[in-house]
Amino acid sequence: MILVKGGRPFDVLVEGGKIRKVGKISEKADKTIDAKGLVVVPGLIDMHVHFREPGREDKETIATGAAAAVAGGFTSVAVMANSGRICDDAVGVVYVKTKSQEAGLANVFPVGAVTKGLKGEELAEIGKMSEAGAVAFSDDGMPIMNAELMRRALEYAKMFGKPILSHCEDATLTRGFVMNEGPVAARLGLRGYPNAAEAAMAARDCYLAALTGGRVHLCHVSARETVEVVRQAKRQGIAVTAEAAPHHLMLIDEALASYESKFKMNPPLRTREDVEAVVKGVADGTIDAIASDHAPHTAEEKEQELAACPNGVVGLETMLGVVLSIAEIPFDRAIHAMTVAPARILGLQGKGVLEAGADADLTLIDPRASWTVDPAAFKSKGRSTPYGGMKLTGRAAHVIVGGRVCF
Amino acid sequence: MALDALLKRCRAWKHPHLLGTKDLSKDDISLVLDVAEGVASLTDVAPLKGKRLFNFFVEPSTRTKTSFALAARRMGAEVIDFSPSNSSLTKGESLKDTARTIESMGVAFTAIRHSASGAPAFLSRLVRSAVINAGDGANEHPTQALLDLFTMRQRLGRISGLRVALVGDITHSRVARSNLWALRKLGNEVTLVGPPTLVPKDLDAKITHDLDRALREHDVVMMLRLQLERQQAGLFPSTSEYVKFFGLTRDRLATLRNGTIIMHPGPMNRGLEISGEAADSDRSVILHQVANGVAVRAAILLLLSQVGA
Repeated sequence: MILVKGGRPFDVLVEGGKIRKVGKISEKADKTIDAKGLVVVPGLIDMHVHFREPGREDKETIATGAAAAVAGGFTSVAVMANSGRICDDAVGVVYVKTKSQEAGLANVFPVGAVTKGLKGEELAEIGKMSEAGAVAFSDDGMPIMNAELMRRALEYAKMFGKPILSHCEDATLTRGFVMNEGPVAARLGLRGYPNAAEAAMAARDCYLAALTGGRVHLCHVSARETVEVVRQAKRQGIAVTAEAAPHHLMLIDEALASYESKFKMNPPLRTREDVEAVVKGVADGTIDAIASDHAPHTAEEKEQELAACPNGVVGLETMLGVVLSIAEIPFDRAIHAMTVAPARILGLQGKGVLEAGADADLTLIDPRASWTVDPAAFKSKGRSTPYGGMKLTGRAAHVIVGGRVCF
Repeated sequence: MALDALLKRCRAWKHPHLLGTKDLSKDDISLVLDVAEGVASLTDVAPLKGKRLFNFFVEPSTRTKTSFALAARRMGAEVIDFSPSNSSLTKGESLKDTARTIESMGVAFTAIRHSASGAPAFLSRLVRSAVINAGDGANEHPTQALLDLFTMRQRLGRISGLRVALVGDITHSRVARSNLWALRKLGNEVTLVGPPTLVPKDLDAKITHDLDRALREHDVVMMLRLQLERQQAGLFPSTSEYVKFFGLTRDRLATLRNGTIIMHPGPMNRGLEISGEAADSDRSVILHQVANGVAVRAAILLLLSQVGA
């Protein structure tokens, strides 16, 4: 029995992995956490991470990823299917679950591949993976270019009540891209990824969701046009949700002028106008969730000339501070986007809420903690971050997962 | 100019590396051109004796590499050549290792040619030697632009007020970018000429798709090499159509204004972007460009050698 006492908005008593009571609590517990000055929120959920295991344990393991999650304040994460051995069958799903139980830190929810081998050719065994515990399906990293196949995936996954998480990128428009298309790319002589390639695919997926009645969730929205596509689709009653990554809420393509790989990701950093639109989209709820797209790579891989190094940066351990540092996104909305919203999208029962009977996943946030990002101190094996040396405000002080204090 | 006076002038130079004309001021550019002129008149001196130039060409090149070697020898420096047979883009790891290896052998200058934009910038963070960008992807080729400016000044007596047309595949051209940045610093009017598929609208420069008109309105016409693989990529329909609209043909040669010069960074596709008649005409300064390359690169080596000296 643990009592979290003195925090805002109320005290929380947890027992046996569940929240037993919230409110003003005076009874004694085995352990009391002094939460004075802290905000108690439901355990944060990052619905988009890459843990690389099995197959690329040199980049990240499920254990190191889960440790990074709790260090960043996250009690639950959803891992994408594009690990070294692609998670496109029930064996892959069970492996992720087993490894995460061994690690005993954050809850790690597997996302299964939509198509076998992420090849975009044949549907993977979505039913068997659902039964094994996959919470959603995605070929993330690889767009599903075949619209017919995407249609069937939405129809089929609907049978199991699961969403398709779309890496919306029209790859015919982005071949060989290194960064956002625009004046900066033109100046630097780097191949660009135009906003239209994301927005066009997002629009296609929205219409396919409307056609099929399936649920589509758009990953890492980065372009202002895409925000507008989601806004319009929601107005039309289409079952679409969307997420944004913290770097798309803060950083712009001008950063690439130094040719540093810590600014290279997919989708790429966009312009100031795009950042403003995505921030506004998150603030007004058009974009439901915030997710890190935590994508660890080895130092050797990232320490190359820009065209050769892989896309992606780590994000789990900086996301909360980055998001809370954005003035235009109110605290409650930010927390909602990392708790209630992802729990609903992924159908996670008992997660994302602070009420009696819910899972005892809690994050205690010190919203005033000022700290400097030190990549060397990361729990993640990945060290490539655009925020190294940056001063952020807001950090998790304690993390409780399933009634156990993990951080 | 005597060597002492020349070295004294060099002290105004502050850049430890030459990564692009983007980073140069108007004064920097004038300094390079003046020093290059001074270098041309130097005889029997070896100011860079005992220093080594590492010619690191990860992408094939004939003239630039030779030009750097001649420039270094002319200044008394040694040249180490290294051209990996496998010039694929995925050489990143070995790029770092190679850089470290060179460093330990003691080189003063590294001239790098690489297919990835930004590779020289990447290298400059890893080594202490002066990195000279000898062409990186579609980013920059600063020594080419500087020798182009040197040639303009030499052939036309001035740079100020010259109107320059860059013609052809601007999107993939580092030569175009380096010239554009340098000419912009000097206040010159630059027009980009080519089909919309090969001219980025984002460079914030004047663009025209009418070569005939451009030829009548410019003092310098710089033709850029057309890579044939751009056709497969769907950027233009056929070579014959390209020549019809954007080739400097014999007919077009006849329409040039008096005094207009023709430039080309090479290697040329004769009969494609430039006709043999145009390349060999008295308007063409293409061989002067090649010859001036040695003096300009020698000047760069001299300038870089004086940083912190």
